[in-house]
Amino acid sequence: MSKENIIDTAFRRLRAEGKKAFIPFVTAGDPNIEATALIVREMIRNGADLVEIGVPYSDPSMDGPVIMRADRRALESGTRLRDIFRVVRELSADFPEIPFLLLLYFNSVFVYGIERFFSEAEEAGISGLIIPDLPIEERAEAQPAASAHGIYLISMVAPTSLERAERICKEAEGFLYCVTSLGVTGVRKEYQTSFQEYFERLDSFSNIPKCAGFGISDPEQKRQIEQYCDGTIVGSAVERKIEAGIEQGLDEARIARSVGNLVFEFTGGK
Amino acid sequence: MNENNSGRYGPYGGRYSGETLMHALRELEDAYRKAQKDPAFGEEYSRFLREYAGRPSLLYYAERMSRDLGTTVYLKREDLNHTGAHKINNVLGQALLAMRMGKKRLIAETGAGQHGVATATAAAYFGLECDVFMGKEDMIRQSLNVYRMELLGATVHEVTDGTATLKDATSEALREWSRRVEDTFYVIGSVVGPHPYPEIVRDFQRVIGDEIRAEMLEKHGRLPSALLACVGGGSNAMGTFYPFIGDPSVRLMAAEAGGEGVDSGRHAATVAAGTTGVFHGMKSLFLQDDEGQITPVYSISAGMDYPGIGPEHAYLHDTGRAEYFSITDDEAVDAFEYLSRMEGIIPAIESSHAVALLTKMKSGFTPDDTVVITISGRGDKDVEAIGRYRGKIR
Repeated sequence: MSKENIIDTAFRRLRAEGKKAFIPFVTAGDPNIEATALIVREMIRNGADLVEIGVPYSDPSMDGPVIMRADRRALESGTRLRDIFRVVRELSADFPEIPFLLLLYFNSVFVYGIERFFSEAEEAGISGLIIPDLPIEERAEAQPAASAHGIYLISMVAPTSLERAERICKEAEGFLYCVTSLGVTGVRKEYQTSFQEYFERLDSFSNIPKCAGFGISDPEQKRQIEQYCDGTIVGSAVERKIEAGIEQGLDEARIARSVGNLVFEFTGGK
Repeated sequence: MNENNSGRYGPYGGRYSGETLMHALRELEDAYRKAQKDPAFGEEYSRFLREYAGRPSLLYYAERMSRDLGTTVYLKREDLNHTGAHKINNVLGQALLAMRMGKKRLIAETGAGQHGVATATAAAYFGLECDVFMGKEDMIRQSLNVYRMELLGATVHEVTDGTATLKDATSEALREWSRRVEDTFYVIGSVVGPHPYPEIVRDFQRVIGDEIRAEMLEKHGRLPSALLACVGGGSNAMGTFYPFIGDPSVRLMAAEAGGEGVDSGRHAATVAAGTTGVFHGMKSLFLQDDEGQITPVYSISAGMDYPGIGPEHAYLHDTGRAEYFSITDDEAVDAFEYLSRMEGIIPAIESSHAVALLTKMKSGFTPDDTVVITISGRGDKDVEAIGRYRGKIR
């Protein structure tokens, strides 16, 4: 038996303690890769349970304007995969219990070479990948390499998954990324989905931990949603904070602290 | 070829889409399979092509051009269709599907504006809401088409991201579809995107090749020696080629956008310089760097200014069944003028790439050969931009 993926360890511990997971997202390289390292450290210090790191993409067709701008800034700063692997390697060495996840478009894995990608990701201490444009039907292309390197492919489920939800739940590993509203990433003021119905249905298919994402912008929304699931993912709100810091001309350390404060607002520091 | 309708063309194709849209793609495929089996759908579609789009389009014998080039040249006149391009063939088919599926709204991406105009036209005809996404650069290059769409009642949304061209308009249309997937039908304009789009668009465009086949057999009693078409995403080329794939005597020749030359780095020649990747829902050839970042592309033709190509074209290239050539801006502009003066037909700058391919390759053909060039659209929309390119209009 290979050793347990620390995503499973983390959720088992959280459930045993009756706690919810808080998973902040940051685009790697925004405004530069060293800032990302500082930001992630601040996130962890302020109560992040898992960390989701976005690999910037030239044409992020599933993201809203906030992440699109973050990706552009990250690419303009020259961010490459080797920089991201290097930074995660350092972070995972310092925080061996924190699962690090990469969120990226499938092309970033495919063109790099699937086997090469998973091999280097394992070496960097990455526990899971979230690939929004790799639905279950296309997953066979990456699953063998992922499993061989002990990396989970985190599945997404959406309100429009309908009859697909059962298969997605049953095949999910690590946790299930539950999209709570239609559209692309971004902060939203109102929700139309009935969370209770949505999560009760998903729970009926599988006991796997379920985390809600897409459009969670403030601590009150987080509290509302997490009573129905196992945790929340917050992305665009973080990137808006970084963008505000850049616009104010803050240095990397101050930007990182402002993100740390934001995470604290969500977690209460734990 | 794709007889099992799996959405795979060799290693290409597939359905690399966000979960939010997966159900909608399934629903579309189901609706399309039902329509394929329903004779009433086929009849309705044919009637629209005949009575609304004005099909069949002419297969015109280009006598002066034939004398000049030393081979027998026919032009498949898609420029004579209602709205002025082949795009209407596909849009009418997809709009009929949208009506069957009870959708209230059509959205589309557009580069040159011809697909946007065709979609706006169908929306006006069927009384549907219509939103078209168009890159800012293309709105400048093709301002006449922007007003045409508005005149037809569509809302044109300016896209300023990235290179502000067709790829960015496509990304924005995908985002909008994710936002309002329940009542919205996304009318994709080329043989690209996640399955089943490449198949659906090909099937609605094959009328071009089917008509060429019937008319050539009637006029000459034999199949043409070669078919030439321009390729951006590749819908008019796919429609032209598809019925002839099983006829090895027919050369299938596609002209892609060479911009300022493939060596210049400023081009959109996906087959010449692309590598395999996954983008906009499909696996195919793309212009990208070694980490899969899509590289900026360029062509004088807004309709061919796209960093990818349809997955079935990638497969036809791999198998050698179709040949792909790069045509530069200069060559295309020369051909634009050549056809205008030689035959009194002003072709779209996109279609001019296919004309240029024949003028360049004429030594490969004899007077006994019959060559058909698909003139995918008319050039009115380009007159101003080409005039500026030549310094005749300020």
